[in-house]
Amino acid sequence: MVFLQYLISGISIGSIYAIIALGYTMVYGIAKMLNFAHGDVIMVGGYISFCTTSYLGLPGWVSVVFAVAVCTVLGVVIEGLAYRPLRQAGSLAVLITAIGVSYLLQNAAQLIWGATPKNFTSLVNFAVPEFLSRLNVSGVMLVTVVACIVIMLGLTWFTSRTKLGKAMRACSEDRGAAQLMGINVNRTISMTFAIGSALAAIAGVLLCSYSPVLQPTTGSMPGIKAFTAAVFGGIGSIPGAFLGGVLLGIIEAMARAYLSTNLANSIVFAVLIIVLLVRPAGLLGKYVPEKV
Amino acid sequence: MKKKNFAALFLAGAMCFGFLAGCGGDTGSASDPVDSSQEVSDGGSQASGSGTAGGTFQIGFIGPLTGNNASYGTSALQGAQIAVNEINALGGDIQFEISFQDDVSDAETAVNAYNTLMDGGMQMLIGPVTTGPAISVAAETYADRVFAVTPSASSLDVIDGKDNYFQICFTDPNQGISAATYLSETLPDATVAVIYNNGDSYSTGIYEAFAEEYTALGGEIVYTGTFTEDSQTDFSVQLTGAQNAGADLIFAPIYYTPASVILTQGDAMGYDFTLFGCDGMDGILGVEGFDTSLAEGMLLLTPFSADLEENATFVDAYQEAYGSIPTQFAADGYDCVYTLYTALQQAGCTSDMTAEEICDAVIPVMTQIQVDGMTGVLSWAATGEVTKDFDVYVVENGAYVVA
Repeated sequence: MVFLQYLISGISIGSIYAIIALGYTMVYGIAKMLNFAHGDVIMVGGYISFCTTSYLGLPGWVSVVFAVAVCTVLGVVIEGLAYRPLRQAGSLAVLITAIGVSYLLQNAAQLIWGATPKNFTSLVNFAVPEFLSRLNVSGVMLVTVVACIVIMLGLTWFTSRTKLGKAMRACSEDRGAAQLMGINVNRTISMTFAIGSALAAIAGVLLCSYSPVLQPTTGSMPGIKAFTAAVFGGIGSIPGAFLGGVLLGIIEAMARAYLSTNLANSIVFAVLIIVLLVRPAGLLGKYVPEKV
Repeated sequence: MKKKNFAALFLAGAMCFGFLAGCGGDTGSASDPVDSSQEVSDGGSQASGSGTAGGTFQIGFIGPLTGNNASYGTSALQGAQIAVNEINALGGDIQFEISFQDDVSDAETAVNAYNTLMDGGMQMLIGPVTTGPAISVAAETYADRVFAVTPSASSLDVIDGKDNYFQICFTDPNQGISAATYLSETLPDATVAVIYNNGDSYSTGIYEAFAEEYTALGGEIVYTGTFTEDSQTDFSVQLTGAQNAGADLIFAPIYYTPASVILTQGDAMGYDFTLFGCDGMDGILGVEGFDTSLAEGMLLLTPFSADLEENATFVDAYQEAYGSIPTQFAADGYDCVYTLYTALQQAGCTSDMTAEEICDAVIPVMTQIQVDGMTGVLSWAATGEVTKDFDVYVVENGAYVVA
């Protein structure tokens, strides 16, 4: 019973990691870059939703739409201004730029909303059926898990069935060849960022509904954990990000419950190191030998 | 080759991130004091700006004015300002001028803030407000012989071995023992769990004294959950543990930000418990966006209540100036200024004395004086520990009521 409750709380925080990790993995898989600013887009999503509900008094679902819209635009603008000019530069330059963007967003948020934490009122507050509430399942947890599965399935369908999704995979496999085949690489990558950032907004709202403290650094730790989850599951793989996120959440909850609350984070990263030693490409990642 | 490149990149990225994260905190906080470093000169004061003329003493204030613990520093500073206004309006021999610096509750920033204030000619210090910074700055004041009082840094380490540093608030062990006594006397039937931050000296100090005293009084702690700064955004595991241990009261000697998470997540889980906090919990009702109905029935051990008749003058003045009800930290800040005032009067100090001369003159009188302040009647031991009464309050309809 207790074990089941710990498992459930692990799955629900893991689902939030998974949604964030899906954003990381999309961008990495297609643009071949690590967007470290992803965690901070989550934070922006949380703030936008907070402002729409608290200051404008609009209903919760409107604030989600707002947050998604703002974050999508933000993602496309960041890509256009910061990353696109570096398309031909080395990947280290892009990586450092991403870290810079991350700090820019954090400090901008501190300027706009101040450093004092705000308390985010959960947007999900329906009552769950009796048998679920006995297991401490809250409405937020339910919505998070369902949203995560829907997003994962939706993205898998999108990348394998739609024209744009196929274009994305083509860019991922060989950018030059894709361009020769008439695919607009820049637009495809922009679209990837738009989707990734929209996911970040949803993750932001769910994260803040689950854990209500909203401050400029809210996205940092979940961002790093989700990145870990993406690598854990095999970066670039959509089901991998999902699996990695959920497993990471469970490992964290179990470590916290049965081993040590202080060491929980260390245990999470230790597991990552062990998995990478055994399977360098992650759980579901494809290991492609490089020709030298 | 590419795989290796990627691994190297990842490591480099992770390292940069670590470095930047380290620096980020520092630069952010270092620039803050510059922004907020301004002199709060009192409107009613007839004294000129110069520190050594006209009986005006230069008081420094250090506390978190931004960041996680901003509410504590801001409240304490505003409370102190009210007291300074009152004293200056009396037009007596002793006038105060207060300058403040933000330490973002960070020890290193606090020492920089202290040095800035010293360069500005500070004669006595109020602060730092939180324990970590206070331990660092207290050592500096001891070395420089600057007399200091802290409104709320409650660890014994702050005053340990320093004859020049006095506390306005209870020490941590004192709070833990008081809470344990209250629980075993007033709520003997409660099944008690504890959640505390074991990466924080304030929280750990209260917990240790509480656990020892409560067990000695025959009580049993059915569950103990810990957390650290890194993990203070998710308490589902600790709450599940406490719930399954059958606890109906959670003693949480922690600050209000994580406490608001505990209340929100407990509510989402459908877990019904009473939260019992110490002075760090004060301020929770003022968090922006916080649903105060979640805090209904919460117990709080604190020496100040804005609802008491005898505190009305201060509460009114504070409300008029800042538009909110003063917290216990504001009352502590207020009492700091009156403590300095009483001590200076008793020791017969004049404002042309150096910080060192004032320090030597004031220390011996501290054990003799009594200050009838907002947080009770205060008197001190030579160690710097304060003696005063405490009360337990319960939150009813979004306000504190004596329990």
